[in-house]
Amino acid sequence: MKDMTEGYTTADGRRIGPVLMEMKNITLRFGGVKAITDISFDIREGEIRAIIGPNGAGKSSMLNVISGFYVPQEGEVWFKGYRRGPMRPYQVARLGISRTFQNIALFDGMSVLDNIMTGRLTLMKSGLLNQALWWGRAEREETEHREKVEKIIDFLEIQAIRKTPVGRLPYGLKKRVELARALAAEPKLLLLDEPMAGMNVEEKEDMSRFILDVNDEFGTTIVLIEHDMGVVMDLSDRVVVMDYGKKIGDGTPDEVRSNPDVINAYLGVAHD
Amino acid sequence: MPDQLLYATEAALNGLMAGVLYSLVALGFVLIFKASGIFNYAQGVLALFAALTLVGFQNGQVPFAHLINAVFGTDLHHFGWQLPALVAIVLTAGVMVALAIVIERYVLKHLVNQPPIILFMATIGMAYFLEGFGDIMWGADIKKLDVGLPQGLNETIDAVTFEAFGYGFFIDNLDIVASVVAALLVISLTLFSQYSKQGRALRAVADDHQAALSVGISLRFIWVLVWSIAGFVALVAGIMWGSKSGVQFSLSLIALKALPVLMLGGFTSIPGAIVGGLIIGMGEKLFEFFIGPMIGGATENWFAYVLALLFLVFRPQGLFGEKIIERV
Repeated sequence: MKDMTEGYTTADGRRIGPVLMEMKNITLRFGGVKAITDISFDIREGEIRAIIGPNGAGKSSMLNVISGFYVPQEGEVWFKGYRRGPMRPYQVARLGISRTFQNIALFDGMSVLDNIMTGRLTLMKSGLLNQALWWGRAEREETEHREKVEKIIDFLEIQAIRKTPVGRLPYGLKKRVELARALAAEPKLLLLDEPMAGMNVEEKEDMSRFILDVNDEFGTTIVLIEHDMGVVMDLSDRVVVMDYGKKIGDGTPDEVRSNPDVINAYLGVAHD
Repeated sequence: MPDQLLYATEAALNGLMAGVLYSLVALGFVLIFKASGIFNYAQGVLALFAALTLVGFQNGQVPFAHLINAVFGTDLHHFGWQLPALVAIVLTAGVMVALAIVIERYVLKHLVNQPPIILFMATIGMAYFLEGFGDIMWGADIKKLDVGLPQGLNETIDAVTFEAFGYGFFIDNLDIVASVVAALLVISLTLFSQYSKQGRALRAVADDHQAALSVGISLRFIWVLVWSIAGFVALVAGIMWGSKSGVQFSLSLIALKALPVLMLGGFTSIPGAIVGGLIIGMGEKLFEFFIGPMIGGATENWFAYVLALLFLVFRPQGLFGEKIIERV
């Protein structure tokens, strides 16, 4: 086991804990194409960690490795001090890792409430028979979980659309419902794949506020991928920068901003 | 009441009862279609297989008797016992669950993320396989199925209507039982899918596989669950149809009657399957009664399909199906 005692304090005084997840020398290939080449970084408890990079840098692939949708050919994933073997996505979800998707993946035919309730499936303990007969534990459990879900609905300010089928909602609200569903699982680690893509300024501000509040109130560790540099720099504690599948920078927003490799990747190389 | 109206009422009532039986088969289709987007061609054969297995267990038949006898030169046919109906039904339900696990393990698992047409083809293959497998296992002769359901004329209804109208309605007891069973089945299935954890997971899987995985739902478990439920519904349908007309190959063809029911009710709606079945059942009896004599009868063979065709033209999503609105 790795030493997990270290930690650090952020500029705004939040205490960041020991390492929660560590990626070691991850390489991911699709046939002959290398999507990720030998990348290592760690994620600490209570941290907001961003992964940024230009289009096609391999950010989403990285997130898919963390959430178990892709299995890397080389490298190790460590979670809570243990090495994680190859796992199915639903098993990863049961470890306490929730995620949202770049192109929203909600259950369109179901109401907002039902969508969020699916987030709690892994936390429900009663078995098939109890559920089928709606007997004993099943009923008590449903009420309990419903209460938690209502809290999340309040928290994300979506009370008004609780019963609306998700398919009918506008884009910005869908993103929020997806966040609610991920939160419902009470995750240790929350993965957000471009939570603000395609949003207007006001929606972006709302979403930023929710992300900070989630981190603050529930102490959830968050990994987020984002295009919008301004947003990333404001939100995150530490940033990994990727380009062409390689890691070109890692550190606090200020460190990353002044890193010449990062400037080159985003603004092009200066020819003088 | 004039005679003509009385006869028509009787025909309508009988039609409703027959419709319930169509609904039972349609229900199996809807369940699988809702949960996995697969149109399960094998549903009818599933009902046949369930009925064959049930009769086999009840009569203590030796499975694969012909095969065993041919290979080993023995002369086995029966274990020599009779199982009580309830025990046989429970055992058969167990076999249907085992079948669901086998289907998931050896067919569906390998076809994850394939387009629906591929899965549909796979169910056609399964249908033919199961048909032959059922034959080898239990023999191809026509069997009588009797699980102790009441059959024949319901005398109370006959007496009451005779008292009231001077004409006794002929309603079969079996049809009444089938209606009650179907009602119970639909209510419990609806409650299960709306209010239980697994039901919610089931609807989630139907909607989006990727999202379902990300909230920790195991696709394989849900598929086994769905096919088990479909197998159970097939068993109920098999019992009802088998009691009515014997267990034989033609049982698997009732699946064809479920098609117009589905087009009417909508492929994705459980209540739709029920209402669709009732409309088709009653419609074909009344049509035969009023229009049949004018055009030479035997309209029951095609009426359902023509009705379904009209629905396809004017309301393709069916009565209760989800209307698909393409957002641009």
